[in-house]
Amino acid sequence: MAITSVKNLKEFSTTNDRFEGAHTLCPGCAHSMIVRELMNCTDDNLVVSANTGCLEVSTAVYPFTSWDTSWIHIGFENAATSVSAAQVMHKVRKKKGTLKDNDAPVKFVAFGGDGSTFDIGFQWLSGAFERQHDFTYICLDNENYANTGGQRSSATPIGATTSTSVAGTHSYGKKEKKKDIVAIMAAHGAPYVAQLAPNKWKLMAKGFQTALETEGPCFINTVSPCCTEWKFEPKDTMGITDLATDSLMFPLYEIHNGHELNILYRPKNIISAEEYLGAQGRYKHLFKPEYRHVIDKIQKDIDDNWAMLQRREEARI
Amino acid sequence: MQDLKLRASENRGKSQLEAGFDLLGWDEVTQGSVLPSFEGDASGIANLKAEERNYSGYNSYTATVASWRVVKPVFNIDVCIDCQNCWVWCPDSSILSRDKQMLGIDYDHCKGCEICVEVCPTNPKSLLMFKENEDLETALSGWPEKTKKEKN
Repeated sequence: MAITSVKNLKEFSTTNDRFEGAHTLCPGCAHSMIVRELMNCTDDNLVVSANTGCLEVSTAVYPFTSWDTSWIHIGFENAATSVSAAQVMHKVRKKKGTLKDNDAPVKFVAFGGDGSTFDIGFQWLSGAFERQHDFTYICLDNENYANTGGQRSSATPIGATTSTSVAGTHSYGKKEKKKDIVAIMAAHGAPYVAQLAPNKWKLMAKGFQTALETEGPCFINTVSPCCTEWKFEPKDTMGITDLATDSLMFPLYEIHNGHELNILYRPKNIISAEEYLGAQGRYKHLFKPEYRHVIDKIQKDIDDNWAMLQRREEARI
Repeated sequence: MQDLKLRASENRGKSQLEAGFDLLGWDEVTQGSVLPSFEGDASGIANLKAEERNYSGYNSYTATVASWRVVKPVFNIDVCIDCQNCWVWCPDSSILSRDKQMLGIDYDHCKGCEICVEVCPTNPKSLLMFKENEDLETALSGWPEKTKKEKN
């Protein structure tokens, strides 16, 4: 497989973009950073499939396409299904020798937002992982249904206000915890599962390359701050991502073969959850005296999760 | 630096119909239709730079979102250290970077999100935001001086 060098940023910058501009994602959206990085970290032909979501509606506005590779869109939930079908077709045609270029390496990638990964497309994703197709699934986790007006999804963390879990005098926003999708996908016995963030571009590129090289289904959950629904200025996207990884709200780690957990990034100065929450408008109400206890709960959850990850890394289970 | 000949398509920035391009209505397209990103053979596209590619009119590279912008980033090559931070974090693929060097900004694709200015590590910053109607020479002539760190 032809992987491009990610030794340093200068070398990486000589790669040619295969995800074009003039898509209609919001200014400051992290989706396109993640997608671009995936497309730039390999020279191989790619077959990309996308679930319905911000990425799909913004990159395929008729009559334009922003993709310089084969790109399939079918329904909300079935990026994993369509890409696994394409992968099987490629395998069979390669065996029969009916491809135009039989030796060209092809990688299969599916993109989904958090709504289509955690909720709507979960059954299809789980099925594709059970069938052990050779593809990489990347979840662009912005913690709500941003495309349709910011409704809550099962990726929305506790305390966040969304258009269907509105904070006010009687509620502090969403009351339920976020689903631990990385652990769920690792439990499928997938060879490579990881949680990555665009601010650590090198870790992310290396993670993508590992996933593309690994045979079998790989899952990567990427943090994608949404300036529209998390309510911050577009220019702060990278700052918010830094806060997310440094407060351990989004710890970066990988799991090989369902049990070997490696923590990829240990922040030198762990910042408090309060700093991360305070930077976003969707948590503004938590700083009222009556809802302070939610911040304490979020901090406790983060600490427990970080302790659990460290113990898992040590115990290799 | 902005008059770089990096544009693959002469028709860029114009609407597709003006470009003499036969466009079906959205309700006339049959299901399962294919929009080709390139004219002719598209193999080996990963090894071609944007200016060497033969983009079709369907590729969004030939379109523009310049009208979204109210402020624009201006690039000062004298201060730039070619760290490529802006290249990797630009959400709109608008940083023109060739042979490890930052060359300028693609104003047809830039939406003015200001991320490039935020991630720029130089002092003074080599990218700054200006009003959309400000011309480049005035912007570059009033570039701020290096600021000294305050000692505590």
